[in-house]
Amino acid sequence: MSTDNGYKSGSNLEKVLKAGHFAFTGELGPPRGTGAEEVLEKAQHLKGVVDAVNITDNQTAVVRMSSWAASLLLVQEGLEPNFQMVCRDRNRLAMQGDILGVYTHGVRNMLCLSGDHAKFGDHPDAKGVFDIDSMQLIAMVKQMRDEGKFLGGADIEHPPKIFIGAAANPFAEPYDWRPHRLSKKIDAGVDFIQTQCIYNMDRFREFIKVANDMGLTEKCYILAGVTPMKSVGMAKYMKNKVPGMDVPDDTIKRLQGAEKGKVAAEGIKMACEQIEEFKEMDGVHGVHLMAIEWEHKVPEIAEQAKVLPRPQVD
Amino acid sequence: MIVAKRKPFDEIMELLQDYKKVLTVGCGTCVAVCLAGGEKEVAVLNSELDMARKLADNPIELGSTTLERQCDREYLDELASKVDEYDALLSMACGVGIQFLAERYPEKPVLPAVDTSGLAVNQSVGFYEERCRSCQQCVLGWTGGICPVTMCAKGLYNGPCGGTNLGSCEIDPEQPCAWYMIHERLAKQGRIDNIKNICSAVGWKDTVPRTLIQPGYKKPEEEGA
Repeated sequence: MSTDNGYKSGSNLEKVLKAGHFAFTGELGPPRGTGAEEVLEKAQHLKGVVDAVNITDNQTAVVRMSSWAASLLLVQEGLEPNFQMVCRDRNRLAMQGDILGVYTHGVRNMLCLSGDHAKFGDHPDAKGVFDIDSMQLIAMVKQMRDEGKFLGGADIEHPPKIFIGAAANPFAEPYDWRPHRLSKKIDAGVDFIQTQCIYNMDRFREFIKVANDMGLTEKCYILAGVTPMKSVGMAKYMKNKVPGMDVPDDTIKRLQGAEKGKVAAEGIKMACEQIEEFKEMDGVHGVHLMAIEWEHKVPEIAEQAKVLPRPQVD
Repeated sequence: MIVAKRKPFDEIMELLQDYKKVLTVGCGTCVAVCLAGGEKEVAVLNSELDMARKLADNPIELGSTTLERQCDREYLDELASKVDEYDALLSMACGVGIQFLAERYPEKPVLPAVDTSGLAVNQSVGFYEERCRSCQQCVLGWTGGICPVTMCAKGLYNGPCGGTNLGSCEIDPEQPCAWYMIHERLAKQGRIDNIKNICSAVGWKDTVPRTLIQPGYKKPEEEGA
């Protein structure tokens, strides 16, 4: 990893990972309205249970409270946000302005994403911006942090020191290309990766093996994406309707085999089994738990997955 | 070529509702080839308009002419003797031709009869697919001859994103993923290294009206200067 003894950002997530702990991050989707209480209520379930909380940015192209605003609510509550930013909704000026703004208010982690196409969302006719793509966004945040310069080249007064994250999807074709894409993101300047939700463990093991062989997992931290299935319907929906998602038939069969009323418990059990394997897997440095609209279950999952208490690194 | 599609008939009717004598001007080049605005389409549109306006008790007198090209001043000049006879001109050229006609005859209302949809290939008779967004900085040399600016729904320069779905784009199973195709073609050609380096943020050239002067040429007002 870095030869520098200092931190790049000093975020809690960076400290936990750099100290060699198995990281555990969560996720929170901002509300479709102005209710701060809703954010705070969800956040309470995650407090002390995860190292950082991803705040999604108009996820699935549906308008929600902006990710920076919900991130600030978390900072005020003493939680550490992982501020997500998609390339779909902002040009490079707005992006850089928002990065300066959130940093000023205490945000130290960012996840740089392309963003789902607007066609999926509640404004399907919106014009996608995509002034820069996720690779270029990573490089821009790194340049702002390490060179203290805006993308346009001018100096930044008090540059934002951001721990830079990005996504990786080992389950989208072409499979051969995915480790190379990860390599490009590392070259662009990514510090940590959170993967797409993993269900096809065979495919993921293969991806990590190649990434290990290429030396990629020594150059950035990999957090394996886990989403517990709440129901058979959810599993089928994810298999059939969500692009880039790989849900094997065995996953669905196992949920179908659960006793009546115990499907969700089975889903959690499966997630915990995955987390146990990730803890032992070379090249995996943590888990990103995306418990979609299930934040109140996170403490129970964390307990069952034996990732508590969370480490405190000074 | 530039492709276009005739506007919905009701929209054309609305555009023309206040005019009694209109000259429909076709274009003999791109829009004629793509079956949107050539001589034949002018004749069809005029007969439909004539009938509809009669039925609406608001008859219209329609003239028709089809120029070789509406994007070339010398062909537009051919209309000089006719234009004064009409209340308005209805152009069936692409957006470029419509504007040039309006610029040449600024005293006349010039109305569009087609919607221009881009630079496309002729896949079959009447079937066209967009291939170029005229970004003015062609990347086809390293993308295997497949344009990500046009063919990727997000216009990514460092694809594919995580939304590829069995080789299709996340927006539609019928839409191939441009970056999947780029990867496949480069892999077959042994040129995959082409896309291993990061493509830096693009300096967009299409955010202002562009002019183009070929080497050795000047704007007319600069001639002889």
